[in-house]
Amino acid sequence: MNLYKYASPVTFYPLAGKLIPWFAALAVVFGLVGLYLGLIVAPEDAQQGQVYRIIFIHVPTAWVGMVVYLVMAAYGVAALTLKTRLSSMMMEALAPTGALFTALALLTGALWGKPTWGTYWIWDARMTSTLILLFLYIGYIALIHAIEDKKRADKAGALLVIVGSVNVPIIYFSVRWWNTLHQGASVSATGSKMATVMAQGMLIMALACWMYAIAVVLARVRAIILERQYQGANEILGFEIAGTEMTGTEMVGTK
Amino acid sequence: MNAPRSLSRLEFEPLPDSSSGMVELSRSPERGFFVAAARDIFLAFRSKGEVIQALVFFIVVVSLFPLAIGAETALLRRIAPGVVWVAALLSVLLTLPRLFASDHLDGTLEQMLLSPFPLTLIVAGKMAAHWLTTGLPLALMAPLLGLQFGLGGDELGVLVMSLLLGTPILSMLGAVGAALTLGVRGGSVLVALLILPLYIPVLIFGAGAVEAVATGIDYAANLSLLGAGLLFGALATPFAVAAAVKISLD
Amino acid sequence: MSIAEFFSMGGRGFYVWSSFGAVAVAMVIEMILVKKRTTAATQLKKTVEETRK
Repeated sequence: MNLYKYASPVTFYPLAGKLIPWFAALAVVFGLVGLYLGLIVAPEDAQQGQVYRIIFIHVPTAWVGMVVYLVMAAYGVAALTLKTRLSSMMMEALAPTGALFTALALLTGALWGKPTWGTYWIWDARMTSTLILLFLYIGYIALIHAIEDKKRADKAGALLVIVGSVNVPIIYFSVRWWNTLHQGASVSATGSKMATVMAQGMLIMALACWMYAIAVVLARVRAIILERQYQGANEILGFEIAGTEMTGTEMVGTK
Repeated sequence: MNAPRSLSRLEFEPLPDSSSGMVELSRSPERGFFVAAARDIFLAFRSKGEVIQALVFFIVVVSLFPLAIGAETALLRRIAPGVVWVAALLSVLLTLPRLFASDHLDGTLEQMLLSPFPLTLIVAGKMAAHWLTTGLPLALMAPLLGLQFGLGGDELGVLVMSLLLGTPILSMLGAVGAALTLGVRGGSVLVALLILPLYIPVLIFGAGAVEAVATGIDYAANLSLLGAGLLFGALATPFAVAAAVKISLD
Repeated sequence: MSIAEFFSMGGRGFYVWSSFGAVAVAMVIEMILVKKRTTAATQLKKTVEETRK
């Protein structure tokens, strides 16, 4: 099988269309099973009571938010070395979903923090790193939208995400370092004494989030493929149509 | 304004083929680094305003804090490392457009791409010049500001050392952002958005070193981490910046 | 466990349900936005193909 065949937007477009319903269906199934396990089957936590159930959605969103950035970096390397157009489109499609999940991880973390720690925001190492990750997503999205030339925006975005991903472990390490220096709060998910059913519930919720993310990213990348293919053509055609009503000198003026 | 700039631009024009020893000598690649650095330092000092403006900005920002939160000595000593470091970070950020923008506008940057010197070394030279004209003056000015905040001798020493090790990293990472946003509308805010998150580790280790010495903890680890970052940055960022310049000029 | 107990989540229902609710709402909004984008892109394709004829 030639994998490069699927690196072309033209062949990938119908493939993605066929895959989306499957991922969406899996997302629903995993979501229902995960919610059932997390909200009903899993027992109450001895220390935190019922409110700990937020981790069944908090941890999966944080996980997706972080991994999507690394996936973007992998596509970034592919975009700059193999020069596949699809890689850049995938990066553009992944970024909003990654940013959304990172923001949701912060929101659910805050909603967990209030009843558990008495405050919505806690400068915990993990929360702080997640906030910085959100800044990295916003930087990428701002950059690719600020550059008008699509080709340049693709390459610049790829380079930025690669530089950013090299920095991600350093940022994480530095924030933990800062956290211990300041003896700040350290929030730990229930940890080793987590019951099996809790772990299963969290894993299945994570799978649900992944399936949803893949489905929505594939749907977005299909829209991007169409936009890229026809945007340029539309502008040229626009000029041609306008040109029929224009005199020759006016056409020169527009060029 | 234009004449000397275009004169120094000649340095980057492709050299004519010749077997004479002189030309061979001037083709040696590391010369690209020194030519680029010397040229940028020369330009920065000729328009004296730029170097001084960043320095004054640094001083003014730091001076705002006592006015905003009160001049209680214990409080000022407590926040001094963070305030000085954040102000240094913002000053460097303000000067980043200077790195490539004017060379981009007058076409010198394109000449650099075509010059016989490797672009990686040219941008490394520009980054070095940027540090010498922004980071270094900031580091040398910092003890004065530290005194205003009631820092003692040891803390002042570590503050200067942390700035000497950390500000080059700010110039290096900043160069990536400056190169990526060349000629983009609203570039300066965009650079801040791209680069500030990447500056966070430098800020943490830099301000952390001074705080460590103030609280009597070992500060050497912070400085070594900054040193490691400096080495890694010096090895990696010139390639990233060269790639970014090529992307922007394509 | 009764239905009322389930919804009250030990008195912390607000936090639990707004967490899950926020994620659900965000997903629905994201899907609507992607759907809109797809419709717009398909429309663009149609206009281009029709003008080409």
